[in-house]
Amino acid sequence: MSFLTLSDVSKLYGANCVVSHLSLSVAKGEFVSLLGPSGCGKTTTLQMIAGFTEVSSGRILLDGKDITDTKPNSRGLGIVFQSYALFPHMTVFDNVSFGLEMRRVSRAERIDRVNRALALVHLGELADRYPRELSGGQRQRVALARALVIEPAVLLLDEPLSNLDAKLREEMQFELRQIQRKVGTTTIMVTHDQTEAMSISDRVVVMQAGRVTQIDAPFKLYEQPQTRFISTFVGKANLLTGRVALAGALARVDLGAITVEVDGAGLSEGAEAVLSLRPEKISFVPPGQGQLDGVVTARFFLGSQWLYHVATALGELQVACPNGDVLPPEEQSRTGLAWDANSLRVLS
Amino acid sequence: MKLRRHTTPWALSAPAMLLFGCLLLVPLGLTAVLSFNVFDYTTGVKNEFTLAHYLAVLGDEYYYGIFWRTFWISGLTTLICLAVGAPEAYVLSRMGNPWRSIFLLVVLAPLLVSVVVRAFGWSMLLGPQGVVNHALQVLGLGPVRILYTEWAVVIALVHVMLPFMVIPVWTSLQKLDAGVENAALSLSASHFTTLRRIVLPQVLPGILSGSLIVFGLSASAFAIPGLLGGRRLKMVATVVYDEYLHELNWPLGAALALILLVANLLVMLSYNRVLEGRYKKSLG
Amino acid sequence: MSKNGPLALLFNALVISFMLAPLLIVCIVAFTPANTLTIPTTQFSLRWFKAVFAHPDFVTSFWNSLWLALSSATLATLIAIPAGLALTRFNFAGREALNALFLSPLIIPHLVLGVALLRLFSLIGATGSFFWLVLAHVVVITPYVLRLVVAASVGADRSCEQAALSLGASGATVFRRVTLPMILPGVTGGWLLAFINSFDEVTMSIFVTAPATVTLPVRMYMYATESIDPLMAAASALMVAFTAAVMLLLDRLYGLDKILVGEK
Repeated sequence: MSFLTLSDVSKLYGANCVVSHLSLSVAKGEFVSLLGPSGCGKTTTLQMIAGFTEVSSGRILLDGKDITDTKPNSRGLGIVFQSYALFPHMTVFDNVSFGLEMRRVSRAERIDRVNRALALVHLGELADRYPRELSGGQRQRVALARALVIEPAVLLLDEPLSNLDAKLREEMQFELRQIQRKVGTTTIMVTHDQTEAMSISDRVVVMQAGRVTQIDAPFKLYEQPQTRFISTFVGKANLLTGRVALAGALARVDLGAITVEVDGAGLSEGAEAVLSLRPEKISFVPPGQGQLDGVVTARFFLGSQWLYHVATALGELQVACPNGDVLPPEEQSRTGLAWDANSLRVLS
Repeated sequence: MKLRRHTTPWALSAPAMLLFGCLLLVPLGLTAVLSFNVFDYTTGVKNEFTLAHYLAVLGDEYYYGIFWRTFWISGLTTLICLAVGAPEAYVLSRMGNPWRSIFLLVVLAPLLVSVVVRAFGWSMLLGPQGVVNHALQVLGLGPVRILYTEWAVVIALVHVMLPFMVIPVWTSLQKLDAGVENAALSLSASHFTTLRRIVLPQVLPGILSGSLIVFGLSASAFAIPGLLGGRRLKMVATVVYDEYLHELNWPLGAALALILLVANLLVMLSYNRVLEGRYKKSLG
Repeated sequence: MSKNGPLALLFNALVISFMLAPLLIVCIVAFTPANTLTIPTTQFSLRWFKAVFAHPDFVTSFWNSLWLALSSATLATLIAIPAGLALTRFNFAGREALNALFLSPLIIPHLVLGVALLRLFSLIGATGSFFWLVLAHVVVITPYVLRLVVAASVGADRSCEQAALSLGASGATVFRRVTLPMILPGVTGGWLLAFINSFDEVTMSIFVTAPATVTLPVRMYMYATESIDPLMAAASALMVAFTAAVMLLLDRLYGLDKILVGEK
């Protein structure tokens, strides 16, 4: 049973279609991310759910009720804005209790709930500070506490981590997920950072030019991207193009230098095929012992892994191998590349 | 919801619109009409219309003299403000705090003092027994008549208008990337060349804006020519005052006032045109 | 940032002296014990200040100016806040024209406004009315408040208002508890700037004041054209002191450099 449903929602600015026929069902307690590059319509979608932007067509239902025409101050949603939007003239405590004041909650109960919300985000001692006295990470937590204290039906996060530096961002990602699991609020997050979306969401909605291109759990999205765009946007991929030489349940694709066998569903003979091969699925073997040979043109050390650029007959391929015990090849050395047949993904 | 969004800004602006409509647009309109009314020295303003006042103002030698005097005084004031104000803004921008803030304030704060006080101060400095003449006598140069000449008016106008030149030039200088000057110097440009070819072109919009404002304000100045020019030295504003309050020839005064208004608008608004034309392309 | 050479510093010193000269002379001469405008060297006296306070015309006109400035600044602020919010929060046809209209008093010579209002007042019988004088001043000083309200409104984070809405606040509550506190520094600075401009205004006021409503600057102007004596110097010195006090307040509450030059 869907808790939040977007049904064929579109947004047009004049002739410009910013969001096109978007349909999405979010289950209660689920953490869903809207992922895509700038301009794909993800923020507009969030604004429509929040009620700050009018829907051009389609409906939005929350727990069975149609909220498409409800005013933003009656929807009961919790929102964390990209700039956090803390009230600069109020203390942390007053910021968090604002929503409860609007709901006419008694003073005693307000104090109790605010303190619990601040404890949830580990900011209990900073209740009397003003936003300008807080660091970026602290402000973000206050914004989160302010949104959660009202026990909203849905929590909306608009690029909540984009203003934080890399290390802090990583920490906050996991903390965000922990808090969400603890409280159990249905959450929708907008982000352009695919690692962020993948690491903490139950499902990821990939958007491009106002349309939804794929909705899947992170692992499935990564392993089975449906389009060229998704395979290179979510993680890295080597794209190999060729022609279908033999169609069937197990089809044969001619890539020029080599021929490979892939899952033949949907492939017709003579058609062009694009295959995706993830860098970490390729391993180094002695020359001649793998499917392909090549020369290492460059390598980069990224700490936990090595990233290689290898010149082959199929073009330059990216290969990633973990920083383990085996010493990886040097630059300018000849090497063989091997991969499992199932690692090749057919893209539409 | 949609209807509300379209009427709200008008509802919010309504009080100001009402006030400005009644006390700005209507009076200006009435004055425009008045300028075409016939005036009789014995009976006053009559309800008939004529172009006589405009013809008088634009044809009479007396008024030509007034316009010319107003024009050259404003022009001279503008040039002096330019020669003093622009370099001063530059010098200030190269100072460190706290002096920079203090001096900037000293230069700009007189804006908040009434022009009557400032004009009176100059009449004391420039009078026959004033400080300036005392200093000149000490130096052996005889007493010079400054007060009630055009020079007194120019000096006082420069004092009042200088901040209006400093502010736009200062703002332009603030927008300059400090590194640009250093980049030019590192490429072996002399200090003077850097000023001329790097700083000046970027400050030009500020200089232009300041000049037009100073010119417009000087041309319509009243209190300063009134107190420092004496009864014989008339500028457009003081002539209008005479017509209205002494001669009671309101239509003539109205004609003069409207000419002043149109000239002012042309001067002040020509800035936008020039800026759009030349500078928007290169400065973005 | 390279430093200024000695020539530049001398130039600056001259300009500073030039800007301060008339104000200093007025304050110094005000303390003269003599009957004419002389610079006191050995003796200083407060007699002329006492003369100002004893002069009924000056005292009345001071109170006129004070009430006038207080009323017009407040009224100007009350109409500038909604107008400023309208201009910055909404995108509507006619916005540019409205903005130009509200800022137009800055480029319309006060002389022209003065004679225009004189004509209007004579037609509707408003000469001598304090109320209409206030309205006249409001027109002239509104641009000063409006500019600062607009700057404050543009600088305020719009998403704070959205946040308040999402937390259940009504439109009026959002304005009262979020928008207004956030633009308050701009509003206060604008009020003070409008106040001082109204208090100082002379050119337009000469035409629209009547004997009963004469303001201090107009009184001083008329006095200066008839007689030149230290009474005028004392009155001027008091004006300078009063202005300085307001400037101090302005600096404390908003920042004098921001008012004069604008936000960086």
